[in-house]
Amino acid sequence: MKKLQSTFTNMALSLTIITLVAAAALACVYLFTAAQIEQQKQQAQNAARIAVLCGHEDGTAIEAQADGFGGLIRVMVGFAPDGTILGYEVLEQQETPGLGTHIVEWFKNADKPSQNIIGRPANGHFCVSKDGGDVDAITAATISSRAFLKAINNAYATFMEQQGVQVEAHSGASVMNDSIEKEAHHE
Amino acid sequence: MNNALKTLTNGLLKENPTFGLVLGMCPTLATTTSAENGMFMGLATMFVLICSNVAISLLKNLIPDKVRIPAFIVVIATFVTMVQLIMQAYLPDIYAVLGLFIPLIVVNCIVLGRAEAFAAKNNVGLSALDGIGMGLGFTCSLTLIGAVRELLGTGCVFGAHLYSDQYAALIFVLAPGAFICLAYLMAAIQKLMAK
Repeated sequence: MKKLQSTFTNMALSLTIITLVAAAALACVYLFTAAQIEQQKQQAQNAARIAVLCGHEDGTAIEAQADGFGGLIRVMVGFAPDGTILGYEVLEQQETPGLGTHIVEWFKNADKPSQNIIGRPANGHFCVSKDGGDVDAITAATISSRAFLKAINNAYATFMEQQGVQVEAHSGASVMNDSIEKEAHHE
Repeated sequence: MNNALKTLTNGLLKENPTFGLVLGMCPTLATTTSAENGMFMGLATMFVLICSNVAISLLKNLIPDKVRIPAFIVVIATFVTMVQLIMQAYLPDIYAVLGLFIPLIVVNCIVLGRAEAFAAKNNVGLSALDGIGMGLGFTCSLTLIGAVRELLGTGCVFGAHLYSDQYAALIFVLAPGAFICLAYLMAAIQKLMAK
């Protein structure tokens, strides 16, 4: 078959047909995978919810987020009724591999009390030691550590709201409310 | 037959996308933080490369010359989005790591480059072979760079600990390490090839 000439009609027709076929093909793949993708997301959330509650049935799992070094950090935090942190899971993060990515396990190391936050009563203003707080930041990843603690503090604010207590407007609270959308999930 | 074999092996060494043609540097530098990431990025690119080569060699006579670039990009972007959706549905762990970089395949010069330089001029069979060869070459280079960076930066290869990360130089996992590794590996391969 001879190659189509570059006339206006040919070009317009050719591009229209190609984009239509491409759109149809994508729609098919989307329809085919949409349910599975939704299921994967649900599974990941449920697994995280179970993990952060560590078997405490009276606990609450809260999802929160904050801007990290490489993008959004989304965490799931488990709170006991008295506000003690039962556990956390990082749901989504794009921190620097080998540095910021340590947020996934750094703050739940039971052997290092100065960096561990599990079992601590949350107070809404966790802060790295560099900023005058009592949580040791990840070596060479202070920004990721700050962002992570901010996400935990955001989760606590949501937790308190759910408990019907308004978080006071002290220093940390203004940061907490800056355009960060919080999502809460009742267990 | 000889021609087919030549097309297939072309991308592996002589015209290796990374070390020979020096195409697709953006994903090469960005995704090779570990051997596994490099490998899956390579495989995802290979899939797109094969599909787009086949589709474009089939469509080549239906696409007028003046609109070939937008037409090629639409075809490539369609396959990339398919990979993204399928990966998200069936390989969520890998998608969590690579998801951000998958859309980058659309603008990977190697895919458009092969469409323009090979698929638009050759038949379906040869174009598919070219896609496989180039894709394998790209996958091997990315896995190699990833393995070297992971080894020097964290002491692991494919997640298996080889030595304590106390002695590892983290810079190799970070952006500067990507440039350093790529440059040294390219120099070494050029030297070997020159012999």
